[in-house]
Amino acid sequence: MSNTDFVLAIEDLTVSFDGFKAIDALTLYVDRGELRVIIGPNGAGKTTLLDLICGKTKASGGSIKFKNVEMTKLQEHKIVRAGIGRKFQTPSIYENLSVFKNLEVSFPRGRSVLGALGFRCTDEVKARVQSVADEIGLGDALDTEAGLLSHGQKQWLEIGMLLMQEPELLMLDEPIAGMSVRERELTAELLQRICKGRSVIVIEHDMDFVKRIAHKVTVMHQGKILAEGSMDKVQNDPKVIDVYLGH
Amino acid sequence: MDAFKNWVARTGMGSVLVLALVIMVVFPLTMDIFRLNLVGKYLTYAFVAVGLVMLWGYGGILSLGQGCFFGLGGYMMAMFLKLEASDPESTKIQSTPGIPDFMDWNQITELPFWWEPFNHLPLALIAVVLVPMVLAFIISFAMFKRRVGGVYFAIITQAVALILTVLIIGQQGYTGGVNGITDLKTLLGWDIRDDSSKYVLYFVNAALLIGVILLCRWIQMSKLGTLLLAMRDKEDRVRFSGYDVAMFKVFVFVLAAGISAIGGAMFTLQVGFMSPSFVGIVPSIEMVIFAAVGGRMSLVGAVYGALLVNAGKTYFSESAPDLWLFLMAALFIGVVLAFPNGLAGLYESHVKPWFSRRKSVAKPAASAGEPPAPPSAPTHKSAPPAALPGGVQGQSA
Repeated sequence: MSNTDFVLAIEDLTVSFDGFKAIDALTLYVDRGELRVIIGPNGAGKTTLLDLICGKTKASGGSIKFKNVEMTKLQEHKIVRAGIGRKFQTPSIYENLSVFKNLEVSFPRGRSVLGALGFRCTDEVKARVQSVADEIGLGDALDTEAGLLSHGQKQWLEIGMLLMQEPELLMLDEPIAGMSVRERELTAELLQRICKGRSVIVIEHDMDFVKRIAHKVTVMHQGKILAEGSMDKVQNDPKVIDVYLGH
Repeated sequence: MDAFKNWVARTGMGSVLVLALVIMVVFPLTMDIFRLNLVGKYLTYAFVAVGLVMLWGYGGILSLGQGCFFGLGGYMMAMFLKLEASDPESTKIQSTPGIPDFMDWNQITELPFWWEPFNHLPLALIAVVLVPMVLAFIISFAMFKRRVGGVYFAIITQAVALILTVLIIGQQGYTGGVNGITDLKTLLGWDIRDDSSKYVLYFVNAALLIGVILLCRWIQMSKLGTLLLAMRDKEDRVRFSGYDVAMFKVFVFVLAAGISAIGGAMFTLQVGFMSPSFVGIVPSIEMVIFAAVGGRMSLVGAVYGALLVNAGKTYFSESAPDLWLFLMAALFIGVVLAFPNGLAGLYESHVKPWFSRRKSVAKPAASAGEPPAPPSAPTHKSAPPAALPGGVQGQSA
């Protein structure tokens, strides 16, 4: 496979679980600075695709190149260090730690055992934690135990933890699931702000939300790509209406 | 003075200071040397319990084979002492003078090459910590890199403890077999059986224990401590934040092994022998009970746990030897069911609030050394908070 200008180039990616192909010869390119939304019915393989990119699941075949570097053989933490951040579907935060500690632990320094022993929370780290906390609307809640936050705030906190790492590719799995209308609006604004200077892949079901944030939409069905393009184009595609959007 | 007070409050050092006071001043002043030596023996188990606080409480990794590292540390020390006790002069009645008696009884005529380094104290002391740590590294690296964890890991540690016991008992000519290594006399000519040496060894032991607690406290307060708590909570999140989770688990397992080994070496010095009965599965599980009773999130609590359970064991096994094992099991089940955070958890949830209510009357620190008993009229029955006590900041040593 030749090198490309895309930040993420997935070609011919396949994974099968006991013969069932959850992802079937899938090819997908994501541009720099792009906000891509992946939609599709349940079981289409959306979350599996993110699992493959971040290394949680190993591919049976095909290639995933991030900035022209092959990712499929790397260990998970190496993929993260290369610049790919991933948010899980259910908020995955450290409930027993304060918001500050949650963000501090995500700061990309002192990641080895000895590095973690020698890590000092310098003013630089504190300033970074504060600025990220302000960005996600938790600037006043730094000392709160993360487990006490509301569901929406937990989702934001996890996004904040990813922002601490300054990834070049950010993958969010249903970031607004369980959020109120107001929280959805704030999240849409947040996503529009953070996609400056980095690429973002979002999995989402809420069509209004998708319409609001997406640069480009990919529709998946049975492990394959059914349609790709602008929201308008995809919405009027008869195949998409048939399997996903409904008549 | 205020700066000191702030430092104590920030680092949770108050309870460590109280513990140091209890074991280094109160015990030596109130006990005769026989009892003090007994307490010293209990305190060597406390090393293992402190290691388990780091490993199990913080790291969330249950090991049922810590006796293996305690025993190895003890054996390394015993090998040095045995060689010193086996000089040609005092072993001249053997068919091969100058080698340990059990080797002679097993028709071994030459000191095995791997015993040679134990002729030198510095090498022996290095081996005390290094050998168990290397073994721990091999076990944990192989397991954690393959993502073996939880119950499976606990079972494997148990198997390792069993294998080591069988090996030691089976290789009687090289290890002293089921009797262990006995008849230890002097350390560089200094008789360790004297009362005065026992005093010295007790204080060395106590100082080492406090040192180990301070080291662990420092690790808990570093980013590594935060990461251990984070891993216990959401391992995947830590992994997908760019950390090699396996290596952090390996670190804490090796740390706990090294700490246990120091305890083992001090055990040999104070008790005067080492045998396979401190290596196997039963002592390993007992050591987990010490940590559980004391509180698996509390370094200081683990020491009190080791002291109390062993005091109870000594008392009950004299007065009701048949019942002791059942009592021990009941204690463990009771603690796990009713007070998952042990004595330290009880102290945090009951005694501390009670003291803060009567703050003007008594200072909290003054009785932290007492076994924390529930207050006379607990307001709620069995309600330690379901979640483990807060983050690192809210955590006292």
